[in-house]
Order: sequence, then C-alpha cells, then structure tokens
Amino acid sequence: MTIADMVRVLHARVLCGQERIDTPVYTACCSDLMSDVLAFVNEKTVLITGLTNPHVLRTADMLDLKCLVFARGKVPGEEILEQADEQGLVVISTKATAFTACGLLYEAGLRGVPIEWPESEDSQ
Amino acid sequence: MSATLLHAEYPVESEDYTRAGEASADIKRKLKQLGVPASVLRRVSVASYEVELNLVIHSDGGVLTLEVTPEAVRLISADRGPGIPDLDLAMREGWSTASETARSLGFGAGMGLPNMKRNADDFSITSEVGKGTTIDMGFRLA
Ligand SMILES: Nc1ncnc2c1ncn2[C@@H]1O[C@H](COP(=O)(O)OP(=O)(O)OP(=O)(O)O)[C@@H](O)[C@H]1O
Ligand SMILES: [Mg+2]
Repeated sequence: MTIADMVRVLHARVLCGQERIDTPVYTACCSDLMSDVLAFVNEKTVLITGLTNPHVLRTADMLDLKCLVFARGKVPGEEILEQADEQGLVVISTKATAFTACGLLYEAGLRGVPIEWPESEDSQ
Repeated sequence: MSATLLHAEYPVESEDYTRAGEASADIKRKLKQLGVPASVLRRVSVASYEVELNLVIHSDGGVLTLEVTPEAVRLISADRGPGIPDLDLAMREGWSTASETARSLGFGAGMGLPNMKRNADDFSITSEVGKGTTIDMGFRLA
C-alpha cells in the first residue's frame, strides 16, 4: 500500500507532502502516547494520532517517519505543517475517528507493527 | 582510551516544553554528519529524546552531554533534582508521575526509562533525593 492508497481509503485530505504520496507504507501504529510510538515504531510505519502538537513532529523526526495521519478531522497550525514539510513528512487528515481509521486501513490490508506474543516470559 | 570525535553539552530547562526535543534533534543531526549507521542513530535518537523530555518534565533542569569516540556514542543526563525516591518503581513500564500538562502533550506513558534501557547497549541510572539523577548510556559503534 502507498500513502495515496491510504488517502483514498480514509477519504483523507493531504495537508502537506503531496509530491511524496506514492511512498510505500508497510505498517501502522495508532497512539497518542509518544513513548509508545518511540517503543514500537520504525521508519516504515505510519502514525495515526489525535495529537497535533510539535512533539508529535519531533517524535516522528527521531524515527524518520514518512507519514502522519490526524484522525477526527484534526488539522494542525500552519507552522507545524511547514515543519512537517521540512522533515519530508506526508501529513493527511481524515474525518474518521482513530478507531475507524485503523479499521479501514486494516481492512485494506495494512497491518500493525509485529509484536511478540507472550509465549515465554523471558522478555524481562 | 581513544580520541574524542565529538563533545557537546546541552543545558535543558525544567518545563520548557517549547524547546523540548531540540537537543535531541541537534544530536541526531551531528551524528548523521559523522556517519553513524542508521540502526545506531535510531536507538540513540529514541533514548536521547526520552531522556531530554524527562529532564523537561520531571527534573529541576540539567545538562545532556554527548560524547562520540570511534568505539561508541555516549549520552549522559545529569540534573539538579529532585531525584527519584524508588528507582525500581521508576524503571517499571507504566509507572509515571507526569503532570497534567505533560500528559496532555502525549507524555506520561511511563515508558521512557524502559525505552532507554532497551535501546542503549549500556545503561546506568543513579539518583539521590534532594540531589539529582544521572543517567549514563552507551551505544557501541565498533
Ligand atoms: N530526571 C528525572 N528526575 C526526577 N524524576 C524522574 C526523572 N526521570 C524520570 N523520573 C521519574 O520516573 C518516572 C518514570 O519515567 P519514564 O520516563 O519511564 O516515564 P514518564 O516520563 O513518566 O512517561 P513517558 O516517558 O512514557 O512519557 C517518571 O514519571 C518520574 O517520576
Ligand atoms: Mg519519560
């Protein structure tokens, strides 16, 4: 799937990075907690979030993320979009709630970041 | 002992949410210029962002120090208080005393310290209530 496919599936608006929407995406993560994102995500992941503050961008920058999806029609300020563009991000906004956005993307074939299911308790 | 390729110090102020993350962005840029491999860069960036945000959210202010040798990247965070009363509890995933302000910005999952430990090759934390907290992290390059 590419970002362009996501735009279609989510009836989303592209807020910045239109010229990069053919970038492929491999996994997705939905969270409003930056540490969760920092724990589970890699650069090939799309972040779906309801937060539109500068810290979301900084978190995305640390991980070299390529795409942010703002749920529930949220649109960040102009300054944030300029910063996002500088970082090479594609930012899209969908009317769908975070849950619905995830459901639609999952249905379209996108999957989450691989997780280790608890078989043995040796992770800690 | 080996030659220092880079040494930089970043003062980080308590509750300065506007600038929070700038030190980590600069560290990332510098390490990229030095040609640090992407896989290491990513781990350093995550740990550095977490430790910087902890200085902003939880400490009375401190300094983040970056040191690079041909063998390793080292990040040291040293703050002037208030210290952590129970380190075992602080290291636990999910434990957080973050303020409402911090939570409203997307922090306070209680995952920062575990994230640092997971990403660094070497991790040590010492803390004294009333004095401050020091975190020392190493990332092998060679
Ligand atoms: N430099 C520090 N000074 C004082 N207390 C600290 C410091 N760093 C961490 N702590 C304490 O340890 C707890 C756990 O820190 P950790 O980074 O794991 O989670 P958090 O910062 O609360 O949330 P998150 O990092 O997920 O946003 C904090 O809530 C705080 O009580
Ligand atoms: Mg933290």
